[in-house]
Amino acid sequence: MATERLAIIATKGTLDMAYPPLILASTAASLGVETAVFFTFYGLNIIHKKRMHELKIAPIGNPAMPMAFPPSMQNAITNAISSIFPGPPQIMGIIPGMTDLMSYMMKKTIKEHGVADIPDLLEACKEADVKLIPCQMTMELFGYKYEDLIDGLEPPAGAATFMNYVLEAEKPMIIFV
Amino acid sequence: MATITPDKTLDASGLNCPLPVLKTKKAIEELQSGQVLEVITTDPGAKADIPAFCNRTGHQLLETVEEGGKIIFYIRKK
Repeated sequence: MATERLAIIATKGTLDMAYPPLILASTAASLGVETAVFFTFYGLNIIHKKRMHELKIAPIGNPAMPMAFPPSMQNAITNAISSIFPGPPQIMGIIPGMTDLMSYMMKKTIKEHGVADIPDLLEACKEADVKLIPCQMTMELFGYKYEDLIDGLEPPAGAATFMNYVLEAEKPMIIFV
Repeated sequence: MATITPDKTLDASGLNCPLPVLKTKKAIEELQSGQVLEVITTDPGAKADIPAFCNRTGHQLLETVEEGGKIIFYIRKK
């Protein structure tokens, strides 16, 4: 029986919110802690074969978003824009295509900064023996089949199975993302 | 200059959190107990993260060298 167990609950399906659970899980497992991630609601998209490649970040409703141009796009014009606007103005978020454009720019920035992408982090989690558990109820709610999700997952589980897994440990820890 | 001769070198230059730690963990698994791993990073976060990894896993951080924007760690496998 494990002395320490870390359980992370991933509920969000945006590009930015896919990172924290996977970074924390892969790192905790590398530090020798038994780790599981429970993917529920929109978090299921992180482990969805197709949708995991289409995760987006929306400027609208996200006033903290910086105006982060990828290093390769930084020039006099983009620097001038960045100096005037701390982030994309909220009104721009309603322009069709803006979410896709921002998602593209964010992915480019991530790549150029040497930050891992989501499929790489999922592989790292699997290599480090992180248990990746899809939520049974939300799979049915969204019509996701087990085969729609990536390989190497644990069987779909419910809340009680998950809680039992966590509480079996002497030192259980939960992080909610 | 470090005087330690590593048994293996991991070049994690250009990679950011959490990759240096994840790659260090994988690299150290391939070593025998007592052997030394050299880890080269450019991630400023690794400065605190690699010692934290060693502290947690019991591997011994022998030395940390900073030169020309690189942070180099020497870790002895427990």
